[in-house]
Amino acid sequence: MDLVSNSRLERVLKSGRFAVTAELDAPDSANPDDVYKNALVLSEVCDAINATDAAGANCHMSSMGCCALLTRAGYEPILQVGCRDRNRIAIQGDLLGAAAMGVNTVLCITGDDVSNGDQPEAKRVFDFDSIQLLQVVRTMRDKGVLLSGRKLSTKPRFFIGAVENPFAPPYDWRPLRLAKKVQAGAQFIQTQYCFDMPRFKQFMQRVCDLGLDKQVYILAGVGPLRSFKGAEFMRDRVPGVWIPDELMHRMEKTPKNKQTAEGKKICIEMIQQVREIQGVAGVHVMAYRQEEMVADIIHQAGLLPRRPYAAG
Amino acid sequence: MSISSLKEARRAPGAEWLKNHPRFLEKAYLLSKSIIAKTYPWMQKVSPRLANRFMVRSEEVLKGWAFNCQMCGQCVLHSTGMTCPMNCPKNLRNGPCGGVRHNGNCEVVPDMPCVWVQAWQRSQQMTVYVNDIQVIQAPVNRSLQGTSSWANMLDGKDTQTPKGW
Repeated sequence: MDLVSNSRLERVLKSGRFAVTAELDAPDSANPDDVYKNALVLSEVCDAINATDAAGANCHMSSMGCCALLTRAGYEPILQVGCRDRNRIAIQGDLLGAAAMGVNTVLCITGDDVSNGDQPEAKRVFDFDSIQLLQVVRTMRDKGVLLSGRKLSTKPRFFIGAVENPFAPPYDWRPLRLAKKVQAGAQFIQTQYCFDMPRFKQFMQRVCDLGLDKQVYILAGVGPLRSFKGAEFMRDRVPGVWIPDELMHRMEKTPKNKQTAEGKKICIEMIQQVREIQGVAGVHVMAYRQEEMVADIIHQAGLLPRRPYAAG
Repeated sequence: MSISSLKEARRAPGAEWLKNHPRFLEKAYLLSKSIIAKTYPWMQKVSPRLANRFMVRSEEVLKGWAFNCQMCGQCVLHSTGMTCPMNCPKNLRNGPCGGVRHNGNCEVVPDMPCVWVQAWQRSQQMTVYVNDIQVIQAPVNRSLQGTSSWANMLDGKDTQTPKGW
């Protein structure tokens, strides 16, 4: 196997196994135990844990902090690097620090705007965009230089990821934009929540027609809806999430005390459906504030047992 | 929240119409490029300082009216469907973020159409630069902010990238 990093996710994907990643709920706390508690419920059922970078522009413990704790305890974190909060100097420095701490996988994202978060008065940075960031990370790894051209004495060995949202306009550009990300260095992709299956199938069809499924591993984003109210909030308030009307009706029809179970059932159905789609190499489970449910979802979707961490 | 109480069509009459004719604009771009390349060296011979000031001012006024130009000093309009990417609140240069609303409007400014949705549609009407939207744009050189991209183009400054790019 031709590996560019020590990333467990890279090994899983390149060996042809169906990968599972999950998102860690970064705590509003300075206590490391809060990170470990949240990671524990995910670690047994997934191949790598995403440490979010102030998701939704809400301030939580940083991705760097979570990753530092997770690597210390032997977990396999994915460092999420957003362009919203840091300029190019900070980002490249953080990447070196992360590599030194044993982070093997990075995910390059643009980041939700500050206006969505708990501190909308903040200055937005966006010095890089996600594609420029991808290329800079790849250059650091492959050529061993910073953007300025200054040489690194040890190159960071990263498995590099990016995100894509097939559910946001302009729909016909999204597959080609994915191609641009691949060209800039993306090796795996985590998508936004897949609720609109026809749209996702259309997207994947085009991705396969372009031959991109051979160049990049695509992990479909999934997650349980907590309730009808929660679904409405996600559709209307969380940027880039689209939930089709049939699913909304299905949640609305369900009695209130059974909505969480219905949301979970929908999530499992989604996993089973995306597994059948050509070019899908795994799933990325985002269960915000419902992390305890992830193990059950992955189990019921038939994705267990996963190989223990030590076996890679 | 909105950026300005004046809709673009009122702030810059005719500009919206112009941008929706990208095929005309790409011809105009090619023409003005060759005119500037011929005249700018002459202007510089008269007075480099005045020549530069003339370029900055005319760019501010003309491109300001037509594209709401933000004077980044490294124009890529022909690669972005003649739609200025610096109008994107996130300053993205390589395409839309994942937050574009279902109706095609901006995540940050709900009343504004997404710059990149417009850029994509317009780029597809172009003939010469139709595929340039797929070219990866280098990180913005922030030190060129406020300078003339026309002058920078002739000096080759606008396409100079850091050594590690």
